[in-house]
Amino acid sequence: MFDAYCCDGFFDEVFSTGGPPRLPDLVEHLRGFSGEELRTRQRRAEALLLNLGITFAVYGDDRGTEKVWPVDLIPRIMDATEWGGIEKGLEQRIHALNLFIDDIYNDKKIIKDGVLPEEIVATATTYRKECEGFHPPNGVWVHVTGTDLVRDRDGQIYVLEDNLRCPSGVSYVLENRELMKRTLPEVFRGASVAPVEDYPERLLSTLLDTAPAGLDEPTAVVLTPGIYNSAYFEHSFLAQQMGVELVEGQDLVVDDGFVFMQTTHGMKRVDVIYRRIDDDFLDPKCFRSNSALGVPGLMEVYKAGRVTLANAPGTGIADDKAIYAYVPQIIKYYLGEDAILNNVPTYLCSDAQQRQHVLDHMNELVVKPTNESGGYGIMLGPQATESEQATCADAIRQNPRNFIAQPMLTLSTVPTLIGDQLEPRHVDLRPFILTGNETYVLPGGLTRVALRQGSMIVNSSQGGGSKDTWVIGSASGKSAWREAESSSGFENSMQSQSTGGMSQSQSQS
Amino acid sequence: MLCRTAGYIYWLSRYIERAENVARFVDVNQTLTLGAQGALSPQWAPLVYTTGDEEIFAELYCDGKCEPEHFSEENVLRFLTFDERNPNSILSCLSMARQNARGVRDNLPALTWEEINKFYLMVREAADRPHTLRQPYDFLDEVKRRSHLIGGVTHSTMSRNEGWHFYRIGRMLERADKTSRMLDVKYYVLLPDPSDVGTPLDVVQWSALLESTSALQMYRKRYGRIRPRKVARFLILDREFPRSMGYALLRAEQSMHAITGSPQGVYRNSAEQLLGRLTAELSYTSVDDVIENGMHQFIDGFQNRLNEIGVAVESNFFHVQQERG
Repeated sequence: MFDAYCCDGFFDEVFSTGGPPRLPDLVEHLRGFSGEELRTRQRRAEALLLNLGITFAVYGDDRGTEKVWPVDLIPRIMDATEWGGIEKGLEQRIHALNLFIDDIYNDKKIIKDGVLPEEIVATATTYRKECEGFHPPNGVWVHVTGTDLVRDRDGQIYVLEDNLRCPSGVSYVLENRELMKRTLPEVFRGASVAPVEDYPERLLSTLLDTAPAGLDEPTAVVLTPGIYNSAYFEHSFLAQQMGVELVEGQDLVVDDGFVFMQTTHGMKRVDVIYRRIDDDFLDPKCFRSNSALGVPGLMEVYKAGRVTLANAPGTGIADDKAIYAYVPQIIKYYLGEDAILNNVPTYLCSDAQQRQHVLDHMNELVVKPTNESGGYGIMLGPQATESEQATCADAIRQNPRNFIAQPMLTLSTVPTLIGDQLEPRHVDLRPFILTGNETYVLPGGLTRVALRQGSMIVNSSQGGGSKDTWVIGSASGKSAWREAESSSGFENSMQSQSTGGMSQSQSQS
Repeated sequence: MLCRTAGYIYWLSRYIERAENVARFVDVNQTLTLGAQGALSPQWAPLVYTTGDEEIFAELYCDGKCEPEHFSEENVLRFLTFDERNPNSILSCLSMARQNARGVRDNLPALTWEEINKFYLMVREAADRPHTLRQPYDFLDEVKRRSHLIGGVTHSTMSRNEGWHFYRIGRMLERADKTSRMLDVKYYVLLPDPSDVGTPLDVVQWSALLESTSALQMYRKRYGRIRPRKVARFLILDREFPRSMGYALLRAEQSMHAITGSPQGVYRNSAEQLLGRLTAELSYTSVDDVIENGMHQFIDGFQNRLNEIGVAVESNFFHVQQERG
């Protein structure tokens, strides 16, 4: 299985170059499977995904419009001790970022104290003037965070970016786990994998904790742009798991200072909206006037404190990549602590000196637009042609504020089933953090994997897949695997109007 | 429940039931005409007329003006099963049902969604296989089976909440309509020569009709020998057989009352009024009344009134800007 496995030149999560495996138990366990057996399991998993309709939308595909979410069966494993540090680091980071957002829309002390240049905030497209002077219920701006982490070749974990608006992917974490239990049950036996299944319960608590004050039984809903959105599966999944209504903008109405949903028994008040549409589309009266996805008048109700929006509008200011460069200072400023998790070294093109460095080293650096999310508009210097580099340099000169640059990282790899062989493939990790009355970090998170050899692009729209992520609990780091093998005896278990005068389109036009 | 959600559930159940019934139509036609000669040799045109889709068919298959040869087995089968341009083909129905189900996944039992999704994938795949229509009966059988599976899973895992009641109203209204249309197929087929009524051939055909509505056994238990009058009574008025028009309406009416909360005999909106009235009329009709006034006319009238009920359900529950309650 591992004969051809080679991980020179990068950090492998399982093997160390020249030394013994970091996860000997996993390796031993996997050797118990033939490649063909793994392949069969993989196919079974794919059939399950298809039947369950676990898919994501692919824009511009007129026939299917959906693709099965690719899952690789080999789990990515994190040791509980290392995870403990990451967890602390994430809590610290989100705490500071929440304080930062509250400050930036109110007193702006961090600017007055000279820690953050005013201009960076003033020029951020994600800054929402409409939120000035506002304090959300319970002081929570960012209810749900998905922070992207990567491990570089030095073995260190870095924060690649913070996603503080509508981060996606948590449904796949839960579905991957479920899928793994169905297709590779024997590897779970005896293994102390930290559970992820209580996420929906915790999300619901987070939403209800932050409802406007004084309500006995607040009503929460999930607001989706609709079935054509690429993350629709997740929206409906979360609504279903929490037992709350999944609404579209057209289902909601603002009346008499409150938000209502239209039910078959009249209007019902809504108190908390977990919104999965962007700020720009939330309220055509306030933001983009041509939005058909939002609810006219919603922001007014929100600012009057009569409905909670999760995440709060305006949180995007803190995931602007120029602000990202300042997160270590932000943590220091609000908490008086050093950041536990490292940022990737970042050059701000708005700074003349740093800009010059970037322009001089275009072929070594990764250049990213500051206001985009989802990996759009990135230039990978070492892989770009000279003319692509020149175009990018021009763009930087024209609008320096809009770009940052970072050294090219080499993401760590995890063994991944390719054909019936295991090969190293690059991964990143998106843990999810909830903030309500308390902060909760989902153990593990979504591991995305670049399925193409050598590629570091993990986005699902570009051929990326995912892996179940295990935080393994036992402090000794030993044995869950070995025990499972001896106790389950899995070697043996391995045998492997018209017809009705009416139709919807006619009557619902 | 959200108005939109209620509408989606109602429609998804109608579409599933519709797909099942299209499969039944084709089946009854085949059984009625197989091996028959002359006037009863395979006729596919009636199927298109009975489903009410002749205009779309004419547009798609005969440039607007149909000659008998256009209604070939091949054309009609394709039109009813996999033609995506026909909004009532089995494939179109499944595609719509699945789309609606996706829109209300959070309100359906997980298994219901899963079975609908698998049903759709099965039909999609069958549509891509060229030989499906050369031997359509395995496929049609599978369509009926899957529809039953969804019915069963939903029946045993869905809370009897509003969603369930909208699901049942959709399914029952569609079924009442389709059972009536299946009765109608029989008339179309026999129309060429009314003197056949009561002949042994006729018995064969009435049995076939019963079989295609999965009613033969239950009919036998109830009435024994095949008598057209009794068959009609069974399919139109029987209060115990789940595919009879009367039974379907009774169940739809019960669900309607469960949703509105009004007691039997009282109505709060036009859907409830129209449905209650039609159900009551059917309850107090005899099969002699039906036959005296003409079965075909009766069925026609019945279908028109079902349509009115459908429109009223839409406007009373799914497309209203209501007062805050």
